[in-house]
Amino acid sequence: MSKVLIIGSGGAGLVSALSAHEAGAEVIVASKTLPTRSQTSMAQGGMNAVLGADDSVADHIADTLKSSAGLGDEKRIAFMCEKAPEAIRWCNSIGLPFSRDDSGEIARRRLGGASAPRACYAQDYTGLKLLHTLYDQCLKAGIEFKNDRFLLNLITDQEANRVLGATFLVIETGEVEEIRADAVIMATGGYGNLYGKHSTNSVQATGDGLAAAVRAGARLADMEFIQFHPTALKGSSILISESARGAGGYLLSASKERFTDELAPRDVVARAIHDEIVASGAVYLDIRHLGEEFINHELPQERKLAQIYEGIDPVHELIPIKPSAHYSMGGIEVDVNCMSSVNGLFAVGECANHKTHGANRLGGNSLLELVVFGRECGRNASEYGERYPAPAVENPQYAKDTNFIRGVMYFTNQIDFYQKQEMLANIFYNNVGLVRDDMGLKAVLGAIRQMQKELPFMGPRDKSKVCNTNLVEFIEFGNKIELAEIIVVSAISRVESRGAHYRIDAPARNDQMFGAHTITWKEDGVLCADFLL
Amino acid sequence: MTISIQRSHNDEAQTYNVELENVTLLTVLNHIKTSLDPTLTYSHGCRSGVCGSCAVQVNGREQLMCEYKPSDGDEVEPIRNARVIRDLVVDSSMVERCNRAGMGWSESSKADHVSAEKMERIETQSDCILCVSCYSACPVYAANPDFIGPFALTRVWRYVNDPRESDIESKMATVQTNGIWDCTLCGACVPVCPQSIAPMQDIKMLRMKSGMLGYPDPTMNFGGSFDLGGWDF
Repeated sequence: MSKVLIIGSGGAGLVSALSAHEAGAEVIVASKTLPTRSQTSMAQGGMNAVLGADDSVADHIADTLKSSAGLGDEKRIAFMCEKAPEAIRWCNSIGLPFSRDDSGEIARRRLGGASAPRACYAQDYTGLKLLHTLYDQCLKAGIEFKNDRFLLNLITDQEANRVLGATFLVIETGEVEEIRADAVIMATGGYGNLYGKHSTNSVQATGDGLAAAVRAGARLADMEFIQFHPTALKGSSILISESARGAGGYLLSASKERFTDELAPRDVVARAIHDEIVASGAVYLDIRHLGEEFINHELPQERKLAQIYEGIDPVHELIPIKPSAHYSMGGIEVDVNCMSSVNGLFAVGECANHKTHGANRLGGNSLLELVVFGRECGRNASEYGERYPAPAVENPQYAKDTNFIRGVMYFTNQIDFYQKQEMLANIFYNNVGLVRDDMGLKAVLGAIRQMQKELPFMGPRDKSKVCNTNLVEFIEFGNKIELAEIIVVSAISRVESRGAHYRIDAPARNDQMFGAHTITWKEDGVLCADFLL
Repeated sequence: MTISIQRSHNDEAQTYNVELENVTLLTVLNHIKTSLDPTLTYSHGCRSGVCGSCAVQVNGREQLMCEYKPSDGDEVEPIRNARVIRDLVVDSSMVERCNRAGMGWSESSKADHVSAEKMERIETQSDCILCVSCYSACPVYAANPDFIGPFALTRVWRYVNDPRESDIESKMATVQTNGIWDCTLCGACVPVCPQSIAPMQDIKMLRMKSGMLGYPDPTMNFGGSFDLGGWDF
């Protein structure tokens, strides 16, 4: 029996846990939170699948390809779209309470960029209900959870380029723990929290898994592609669902005039809002004309959150909004089997790059991706571990990380990392956001390199061994700095505009030079980048 | 604004003075942690009331920190019935333990097609975010630490009442012990739910279902001695 370690317990982690368990593996899920507290709970829109004769798989493939702006892998997109109906039926069979249409079939709605209504949903709680249903099934299957484990590093045999397990900080005790396994699945989510208060993401989305993977020698792909959601609350970046515009909401300028087509693709609308904010100072979402009854029924979360965070009632007032970082298209590069460039290391979900989203993700494809590829990934990891059991060899990683956790307490703390973190978020939003140029990106790169040098002069000020969240947040900050450099180097290298990556100094798409994936990796700690098909 | 927060290192309330108005309690705590006191420890995640990480007690009542707007003099404590790990962070193992004990999952499902009306039967129960506010408010745990409890029994009812579910027998058998009959129907779980779920109501529904399946109602005590106050004649 192979032992599979899954790091991260959102939708992708739990689907692969069930799949690896079904394939006969011993499964351990290690995660920094309780499974139901992961970011999957925040997904609202739905999960794309062609269920009826009014739509076709070919159209789903075509829409996804078009949105990917030349960086989607047609075969893998086709695989995902073809498997979509089966994935939905599977979710239904384990109890996900989908909303229904008049015929009793799973209800679907149209999201931006889709040629037909094909996002299957459960009210505006699709992610929440998917996540909880999966968690319930994991408990039924007796899957072992190790919660409050903060990932430090992967354990690898560098000679053989083979993963052997991972090390974790046990948050409650402050001890370092080593978990060995025959195969490891990374399912740690995206890196949107780099943008801090300019992101719709959970505070947990700090890219820990990607940072550990790149340190272990894995290749990352297309890290410069970060999707901005057009409508987040101005002060807090809390998401106002796309369905607000889908139902007829208007975007208004500071002088209360409409200025763009509200239903264009996400990257187009987001840039139009950005430009309007630069020009007139503010943009508002107006849903007053939809009426109180509609808003209460269709957008109850949004009404509540606008009242709490902006102090306004959308039934009677305009909602101040801005575009905010929402989804990481970039991730750990994986092959058709979901395996990374490190043997035995798999990746799935937002932390992976399955090359299904390319330069711009289509709404409703992220939950779909994690179910379809989660099922593949779990089975493949189980089979891999069966065929190639990890050797029980000594490895210095545990000792190294134990020393690090001890040593980090002695960092000098002359510089406050929370301030640097906020600065990183602000300069990322301004210079590595919707509109980028060479000068602005290089300025950010300089600031990041400075922060990397200053890390030993920062550190946790809390010296507690027990449940030290100040320490956890400091290590998360280190991970963000590591990824920030990779994102900015990728964005500087791609001197063209494509999907979510818009360079004002190179506004055209250039397939001849850049019709390829931005691949980044580290050799002896040095960052390398190349464009590869 | 002055708020006091229960700290675990000295088991005392610590007072913080912050100049923030009209923000959530979570925003206040984030401000304290990043600017005043990095040792203050609490859990949070989505900021939007859906991940269930940040339930605490404010002035003795359960609240999500990301949805609660504090006012001067508020007293913040960790939720009850759970071991405090540090400050406002508690051991959350009850989530797994209670849901396992109640078998809160789908056993097997039939039928792809279900009417919208039937599906809506479990809409509210499946809105649960497992913040465990109801668990904190429940007085039964003082007497019976093995009580399956409000959030897990709501989850059981969510699956028992699911029109697609084809096997409810094992669940109904499971909740007979440390389950539906241990609840005192006091209703303390109802007002504290941030998702407007009423676990007590779901427990009543499970009791009715239980009766329909022929399980005896131990609270009735017919056939045994009359030990209810007033009937002892």
